[in-house]
Amino acid sequence: MPVNYIQPEFVVLRNSDRCIKCRVCERQCSNEVHTYDADGDVMLADESKCVDCQRCVTLCPTHALSIEENQNKLRQNGNWSNQLIYEAYRQAESGAVLLSAMGNPREYPVYWDKILLNASQVTNPSIDPIREPMETRVILGSKPSKLEFNEDGSLKTKLSPSLKLNIPIMFSAMSYGSISKNAHESLARAATELGTYYNTGEGGLHEDFYQYGPNTIIQVASGRFGVHPGFLNAGAAIEIKMGQGAKPGLGGHLPGAKVKEDVSRTRMIPLGTDALSPYPHHDIYSIEDLRQLIFSLKEATRYTKPVFVKIAAVHNVAAIASGIARSGADAIVIDGFRGGTGAAPTRIRDNVGIPIELALAAVDQRLRDEGIRNNVSVIVAGSIRCSSDAVKAIALGADAIYIGTAALLALGCHLCRDCHSGKCNWGIATQRADLVKRLNPEVGYKRLVNIVQAWNHEIKEMMGGMGINAIDSLRGNRLMLRGIGLNEKELEILGIKHAGE
Amino acid sequence: MKKVYAIEEYCLACHLCEYYCGFSHSGESSIVKAYKKGAPQARIQVEEGSEVNFALNCRHCDNPICVKSCITGALTRDEDGVIRVNQEKCVGCWTCVMSCPYGAVVRGHGDKSVALKCDLCTESGDTPACVQGCPNRALVFEDRGDAK
Amino acid sequence: MKYVIIGNSAAAVGCIEGIRKNDQSGEILLISDEKHATYSRPLISYWLKGKVVDKNMYYRPEDFYEKNGVKTMLGVKVTGLDAKKKTLTLSDGSKVDYENLLVGTGSRPFVPPIEGVNECKNAVTFLNWDSAIQLKSMINENSRVIVLGAGLIGLKVAEGLAGHVGTLTVVEMASHLMPSVLDDKGAAILEKHITKCGVNFIFGDSAAKAGTNELTLSSGKKLPFDVLVVAAGVRPNVELVKEAGGKVGRGIVTDDEMRTTLDGVYAAGDCVEAVDTVTGDRHIMALLPNAYMQGEAAGINMAGGKADTPKVMPMNAIGFFGLPLVSAGSYDGEEFVEEGEESYKKLVFRDNKLLGYILISDVDRAGIYTALIREKIDLKGVDIALLKKQPQLMLFGKSDRKRILAGGGIAQ
Repeated sequence: MPVNYIQPEFVVLRNSDRCIKCRVCERQCSNEVHTYDADGDVMLADESKCVDCQRCVTLCPTHALSIEENQNKLRQNGNWSNQLIYEAYRQAESGAVLLSAMGNPREYPVYWDKILLNASQVTNPSIDPIREPMETRVILGSKPSKLEFNEDGSLKTKLSPSLKLNIPIMFSAMSYGSISKNAHESLARAATELGTYYNTGEGGLHEDFYQYGPNTIIQVASGRFGVHPGFLNAGAAIEIKMGQGAKPGLGGHLPGAKVKEDVSRTRMIPLGTDALSPYPHHDIYSIEDLRQLIFSLKEATRYTKPVFVKIAAVHNVAAIASGIARSGADAIVIDGFRGGTGAAPTRIRDNVGIPIELALAAVDQRLRDEGIRNNVSVIVAGSIRCSSDAVKAIALGADAIYIGTAALLALGCHLCRDCHSGKCNWGIATQRADLVKRLNPEVGYKRLVNIVQAWNHEIKEMMGGMGINAIDSLRGNRLMLRGIGLNEKELEILGIKHAGE
Repeated sequence: MKKVYAIEEYCLACHLCEYYCGFSHSGESSIVKAYKKGAPQARIQVEEGSEVNFALNCRHCDNPICVKSCITGALTRDEDGVIRVNQEKCVGCWTCVMSCPYGAVVRGHGDKSVALKCDLCTESGDTPACVQGCPNRALVFEDRGDAK
Repeated sequence: MKYVIIGNSAAAVGCIEGIRKNDQSGEILLISDEKHATYSRPLISYWLKGKVVDKNMYYRPEDFYEKNGVKTMLGVKVTGLDAKKKTLTLSDGSKVDYENLLVGTGSRPFVPPIEGVNECKNAVTFLNWDSAIQLKSMINENSRVIVLGAGLIGLKVAEGLAGHVGTLTVVEMASHLMPSVLDDKGAAILEKHITKCGVNFIFGDSAAKAGTNELTLSSGKKLPFDVLVVAAGVRPNVELVKEAGGKVGRGIVTDDEMRTTLDGVYAAGDCVEAVDTVTGDRHIMALLPNAYMQGEAAGINMAGGKADTPKVMPMNAIGFFGLPLVSAGSYDGEEFVEEGEESYKKLVFRDNKLLGYILISDVDRAGIYTALIREKIDLKGVDIALLKKQPQLMLFGKSDRKRILAGGGIAQ
């Protein structure tokens, strides 16, 4: 056996006092870590295959298993971390680009954790959401700067098409292909029940899900996979994907292993081929070109559906957003650098883009400064992890938020970040029929409904504490925010005061 | 009456239902102890196919041929509609195994060479252990009326 | 309505439970020449062995008659049936009238014409509890026992006696054991197993003369014995119906509703010949499940209900010395056979249907095979490879499977 420089990342600890050799771990591990050796009547583990997805741990009926970090360490080096060294080994062996999945895991500052919320005391009393009405409904779309009425009192101003959200939370773009059909069904049904929207991602729309069209956002990306007039008209809105927070500047990448029959049909691409979206849209080299695509799509849908433009949060995001706000788009989606992905080059994911908190604050301020904030709604994505992150995002200026990773967690994702292998043990990021069935949409959609409803309760509680009873009064209300442990520049960009000020 | 139904689309063939069933009928307080002491047998059986799996236990027929066939009177359909086996009376002749069209009666191994079958866990709780233990809701416990 | 039931075994109990499905109040009188409350006939060999104690011999709980409103006359024999007057004459001379009658008279042992057998004081038969009690009283650990007949009863006696007696020899006229159920291959596996458990076999020979302690076989061979058990088969008790003018073939002839040709007289169980649901032939299928189902159907029908025709066929679930054997159906067709050291599987197909099977050792889920036979399932939509592998519901197509899993039965 050739020498392998790369040591297993994890060790499987099996408590033999508890293990009853039921072999659930063996049956449930798509990575084939566990095996039962009949000869020795013993359970064995090949830890080199373990990705720490926790499936075996979770299903073990006797709690006999735990997966722990391999304590084996290379000689300590403040510059060359163990990970960097192993990555060098890996590339020396494969000659390939490193691939990763899910959001940037590195320890960059999380500004949500450095922002604190306000609450009312004595004056401007707080509002109890259990006893008083609390509005979390949001309308997304271009808003007119003023309203004109006819003599009979009817509205003269022509309103742009818009989306009505009962809850300011939507499910972000995750393509059918990157995630399973059952995951998509769970998202679609949950969005329908919650009165919000889910996003097809760039993989087209499976024929079974046209029924959820009124709660679907259709995505058109540079690969144009699965795009046809029926698809464009199937949803409630269209999103042009210019960029993605996990891999700004790059196109989507669906490994061929995930392109099974249904995916190939839905995407309109050959079976088993890698679905590689081009880096740019080859028909867009300027805001004017973008405007053309926006209006092509509007034309194709007879001006009945709002069109969103999604970009990754990059250095000059505010200027780009300003252009988009003038291009005829109804909403801008900004995806921060911690946004998730099913597969991205590791170096890109970990080093490109900027935090969503800074991007959002910069965009909102820029659009206000230019007097075009009402032209568009601003939707943010890229690691909104909980309801307080959402409240902070809205106070920084967002109209609504997209959640991706949080939604996947609700579906059972354990953030092992091995999506790109296609062997997701939780039935989410896989197309293998035996794995897909592990996610029962009946269970999945209820869990999604639960998490969003729970967040909504919490949002109402936080708003109530601030004495605010409508989400519209929270939006851009940066007085409700204070920074902690931030420097002058960061506070300036975020447009908030420091705690104590 | 409420019965256990399998939803084959979501059965993972993890066999946890079998283990929880065996434990539930072992009389032990801990699943570890139950299986360390012996091999408690399940009354539910998973069938594994190339694409489809499902678990099956007694259908608790209205017109149970196993009860009619039982040579000892050990099998009875009780007033709650549950078909039970009196293990003290059963001699393990397997006439019920021969008769049940679902193959739902299990032969007990070892010392307990008697018929074992689902009793819907009526002695130990409200929801049968197999349904509680199913990680993917591929088993449901519901009243489907007079669905034949 | 007044119901009278002759007999006290599975057919009688089935009849009572059948009647009570439709008629909660009608008077039921049960007459049996045995003094015991209803007990399980097939258990007598288990009782003999000591595996079943007295209290577990009973087929129904103690309060069965009371709960079902049944009056009993136990230890009384019915000696005459007047179908015109609808009366019965009993052994004590009294008369009983009825509106509906179930004849569940069962069968009696057949004793072949062996010289001296009727005079032989240590020769017994084995069919009911009393005969088992008698046999038990005759044996000790040194007894040399000969069993005549290696059919179901003969082998069960042997199993019941094994370990309690000195020597055990089974004499069978045919060339292998259980000739009415097993083929030679299956029989050989079973024979090997039973022989290991201390039972000797003599095949192709029969008893010619029974002396006091010596049996002479047709071959001239002489065998000493202390106890001779005659287990050469049974004959149905049809006389009551026959003498009353009812039609009798090999057994009492009944229609699909279990009516005899006599008005108000039904019959069920071992005394009846019925239509074999597999072959369509009429014969006696003396098995407890069949008896119960026939009795139940008779009960439902006599109480004004409409019972489905009992789907009866030859079948056996029986084990010897821990080796289980299950068989069902008939065997004239294309065979699929799998043989192991101590296991056997034979499936018989005809006209794209499963016709019969024999399983030795691995009998798990055999009922699925039985159901395929009973319901005459067309195997067109069935995965035959899976079927041959083992009984499983996976062999059905998706839509059938869905119905079956929901409890909708195998029948298409």
